[in-house]
Amino acid sequence: MSLNRIIGLFLRHFFLIKSSLPRILDLIYWPTIQIILWGFISKFFTAYSDYYNNTVGVILTCAILYDFLFRSSISFNMLFLEEIWSRNFTNLFIAPMRISEIITALVGTALIRTLIGLVPAILITSPLFGISILNLGIPLFFLFLSLYIFGITLGLFVSSGLLRYGPAFENIAWSSLFLLAPLGCIYYPIEILPDFFQNVARGLPLVYIFEEARSILVNQVVNYSNIKNAFLLNAIYLFVGISLFYYSFSQARKKGSLINIGE
Amino acid sequence: MQKAVIVENLSKNYFKKEAVKEISFTINENEILGLLGPNGCGKTTTIAMMLGLLKPSNGRVVIHGLDIEKNRISLLHKMNFISPYIELPKKLSVKENLIVYGKLYGVKFISERIKYLSEKLRLEEFINKKTGELSSGQKNRVSLAKALINEPSILFLDEPTASLDPETGDFVRSFIEKISREKKMSILLASHNMDEVKRLCKNVLMMNNGVIIDKGTPDDLIKKHGKRNLEEVFLKLNRNNHELK
Repeated sequence: MSLNRIIGLFLRHFFLIKSSLPRILDLIYWPTIQIILWGFISKFFTAYSDYYNNTVGVILTCAILYDFLFRSSISFNMLFLEEIWSRNFTNLFIAPMRISEIITALVGTALIRTLIGLVPAILITSPLFGISILNLGIPLFFLFLSLYIFGITLGLFVSSGLLRYGPAFENIAWSSLFLLAPLGCIYYPIEILPDFFQNVARGLPLVYIFEEARSILVNQVVNYSNIKNAFLLNAIYLFVGISLFYYSFSQARKKGSLINIGE
Repeated sequence: MQKAVIVENLSKNYFKKEAVKEISFTINENEILGLLGPNGCGKTTTIAMMLGLLKPSNGRVVIHGLDIEKNRISLLHKMNFISPYIELPKKLSVKENLIVYGKLYGVKFISERIKYLSEKLRLEEFINKKTGELSSGQKNRVSLAKALINEPSILFLDEPTASLDPETGDFVRSFIEKISREKKMSILLASHNMDEVKRLCKNVLMMNNGVIIDKGTPDDLIKKHGKRNLEEVFLKLNRNNHELK
């Protein structure tokens, strides 16, 4: 792997973001709106729900965590879509870049895009709602890391589709996370789901991540087995995601989609 | 004469359609080879296989003695490509685009290289402008600068002067002529401009329906077919091909 090439691809997106105030504002706007909206909803629940009455901001914390997942996945997809929209895709694939370098560059760039959006949103929660996500303590790092890996993995799945099927796959890029949200048990415990869906949900790392966040906030108990389960599932999905990306690249080379993508 | 590129029995099938059918040719070092043919005849598919963007169904492409399928990344360091159908990111300035591609190609002294190309291709006056704000002639020169950022030994030019005014077209043609001579570059030029091909290319391949239907020097082809210029040869060969079909 060449650090120079990874930095090159990072710079392509860094230059794009830094020269455009509307792009930066767009990155910040949606997470901020999301947090404000959920902030007021969580205030309402805090006042009127028995389940949440001991823990101010449990919904808001989960909203921030979910938004982090959403932003990391979308950021990864956006980096790929930017290349298609700008008709730069072919230039990228005739440059001597290994697939591993492309993935590494996109993972790093997606993190920065995600943080640009989320850090301001996290900062306003304290003055507006008197809540700090840092209340989760050290496990917060593991929860963020686990969510980031899953977000990137979803990004890899969607990018594999974009690579193979081109812009026609764009709508899937936007809707993929909405599809998983109900099963991820972000705002409610897994027991709320019907039995069949509970079994499906247990195959997703999201259930363990959000279960853990609630466990810390509601019961003040850190359950590392949830974190371990989330990482184990993440490792499996990440492996499948990377393999699928390589396979899609190979299929795109066979079917010719690297030549006319974007048309 | 050393062969920079050897194409052997190259074919590409998309399901039942044969886009390229067992074509073979070579490009010598320091040669500009013309690739002529009507739209959809298989030129772009051929170039895509030579660049490793497309996996051949059969045959192989050998560049500097190495098979592109087995040495794609190392060979891409020595190659580059421009086409009017692909663009550089419009929101990045010319300089930013050249820095990015300098990094992607592992260029050691990027600033010096950009300075050199800016002077040669007259990019200085708009080097800090967004690429999307440039005229088509300026964009074309920027694409050429990107294609030369890694000092390629093999360059693929797909209609490099399409939609350019005569003055800019002539500037680009003169530049291609000059760098191929000075840098001993091998170039595959796909073009619909017959005067351009006659001026730049030592040898020409005529392609239609995925096969090479004739080849030779522009003058030999004109003489062989009893025509006044390359355009008449092109029309004759393609009309014959239609009638044969």
